[in-house]
Amino acid sequence: MATRGIDFGYGFLTQESSFDVQFSLIEYSGSDSYARAYLVGLLNTLLVSILGIIFCTILGVIVGIARLSPNYLIRTTAAWYVEFFRNIPLLLQIFFWYYAALRALPLPQEADPMLGSFYLTIKGFYTPSLVWINLDIFIYSVIAAIVAIVFVRLYAKKLRENHGKHIPVLNISITILFILPLLTFFISGVSVTYELPVLKQLAKTSFIFEGGLSIPPELLSLVIALSLYTATFIAECVRAGIEGISKGQREAAASIGLNRKQILNLIIMPQALRIIIPPATNQYLNLTKNSSLAAAIAYPDLVLVFAGTALMQTGKAIEIVSITMLTYLTLSLLISLLMNWYNARIAIVEK
Amino acid sequence: MFKNIKKILSLLAVASLVFVYSCDQMAGKKNQKKGASKTVDATKKSGFVKCGVSQGLPGFSNADASGNWTGVDVDICRAVAAAVLGDADKVKYTPLSAKERFTALTSGEIDVLSRNTTWTLSRDADIGLTFVGVNFYDGQGFMVRKNSGINTVDDFQNGISACTNIGTTTELNMRDFFNSRNISYEPVAFEKADEVVAAYDAGRCDTYTTDKSGLAAQRTKMSNPDEHMVLPETISKEPLGPVVRQGDSVWEDIVRWSLNVMIEAEEYGIDSQNADMMKSSDNPAIKRLVGSEGELGAAFGLDNEWSLRIIKQVGNYGESYKRNIADTGILPDRGPNELWTKGGILYVPPAR
Repeated sequence: MATRGIDFGYGFLTQESSFDVQFSLIEYSGSDSYARAYLVGLLNTLLVSILGIIFCTILGVIVGIARLSPNYLIRTTAAWYVEFFRNIPLLLQIFFWYYAALRALPLPQEADPMLGSFYLTIKGFYTPSLVWINLDIFIYSVIAAIVAIVFVRLYAKKLRENHGKHIPVLNISITILFILPLLTFFISGVSVTYELPVLKQLAKTSFIFEGGLSIPPELLSLVIALSLYTATFIAECVRAGIEGISKGQREAAASIGLNRKQILNLIIMPQALRIIIPPATNQYLNLTKNSSLAAAIAYPDLVLVFAGTALMQTGKAIEIVSITMLTYLTLSLLISLLMNWYNARIAIVEK
Repeated sequence: MFKNIKKILSLLAVASLVFVYSCDQMAGKKNQKKGASKTVDATKKSGFVKCGVSQGLPGFSNADASGNWTGVDVDICRAVAAAVLGDADKVKYTPLSAKERFTALTSGEIDVLSRNTTWTLSRDADIGLTFVGVNFYDGQGFMVRKNSGINTVDDFQNGISACTNIGTTTELNMRDFFNSRNISYEPVAFEKADEVVAAYDAGRCDTYTTDKSGLAAQRTKMSNPDEHMVLPETISKEPLGPVVRQGDSVWEDIVRWSLNVMIEAEEYGIDSQNADMMKSSDNPAIKRLVGSEGELGAAFGLDNEWSLRIIKQVGNYGESYKRNIADTGILPDRGPNELWTKGGILYVPPAR
């Protein structure tokens, strides 16, 4: 490297970055350091990955079960969806959702409100935002509710194992989750109002919405593309998991008098999950790594902000690429670790 | 057992390769003397100049349907090939994104970067690069829709969204500009120029900002070029020029003077048509440029006709500008890119 005139070092991380980023979860401006720009990119990558994982799981489970539906129409639609979306390269799908779908969206001044004050425009998706007073108290109450639910579940388990009694755990949990935070509104002065997006004119034909929450179209199309693509694989995992449970199990469960819901919840799903989790983990990892395609459509993720702009401005290719690679490695290992832990928890314990 | 033998054998093979390679390296260092250039040797050996260009910027470096590259940046590569290899067509072009370009150069994938690249202090000093000159004086500007009601940069208001490329000085200038005017803006930065154009064209952004020459060139790619206009203000200095790696001063000189010769030839009125006749000129400066007097090429180990080949095969700077930028309607007016003798700022050291 010395012969090529490249000097190596990580000192640049504390230097001023002097470029702005479109969209950030934390306070950031160009006067902050490259290290903070890294954090901005990392958080944006995490955001799109987590949203993608949530949506692809929901959609994947629905489609996976739909593929086994006795209804011909549902079954075939699900099959077509899977075959269509998993066989088109992801980058093309991202381009489609960004460029093709974006072009079809109206300009802010021409957008019709959906459900009152939601606006889907070419410059982003605008929704009303909530303005909280004493938000921290509210958050503590939610945490307290979750802790209470854990205790209720433990108690219910004890009751079931020692006395054979069933209590409606789900209903109790939901009640706690609602009542406790709700109480804070009356007792500790928590209140919430909302702010609506308002159209603002910038120039004769150029408008934006101000106020409320704005979701950039880049994030929107990336999450849609990643979720639709990965959901096909999740759907196949789910189908494989359910089909992997022998028919005898279902019949045996029915013969001891369990109803359909109980069969699915107590017999089929716990076993199917063992088959579903390991391949699903792979898909979550893929989704996280695929989120780096964001750079193609200007979503400021780790690759675009750090391995893109920051790399260019500093010229520290080896340092920045190594940090970025390590970051993705760490992210992937963390996801695997989490999923392995979950997998171990639901695995059959041989007694 | 056999597996182990295989392993040992392959290890030995790798080790010997490394040994041979390092010997080769050391030998190479010993042989290096004054006037010798690794890059020139490698170029002569491979038979072509490895040149990094843009992924398609009309007027600067752009490939047509059959893969022929044209543009003022491309002409620098061709000039170097004409000087070193004797044939301007012996160039291997590598299209690079703004993000890839410097890494490609420092890693040795290309030997000259001629890709509308702005000369700045940090790039020159920091990252193992050397800028050899300026082949286009440019400045950053803004493009807007004609019907937007924005007629100058003073019409920009808080909340404006601006599409641009990542990894360019544009991103930094844009921040300086908006910050100094206290305007909040939404930067939407893409990796490729085509993606920026597509997004701006779709209406994602209110304005598209990059070098003015780039705006003029990209406007031709819009679905309806007449709907867009470039604002009159220029917000930065963007001297664009070819770049080489640090550490090979002979190669650096060859590229620098290939550019300078083109500009100097225009100054003395030598072009691709009359170059041969100029050999018998009365003016010694002209005779030196076409190689009929002096030993200009010897300084960097080239024959005496190197500059003549550049002028004959590529043309002088004026011809290159006319062919690529003026006649294509991108920027018919040469503006600052006119010779200093004609009111511009093109001024190169004398070739003597």
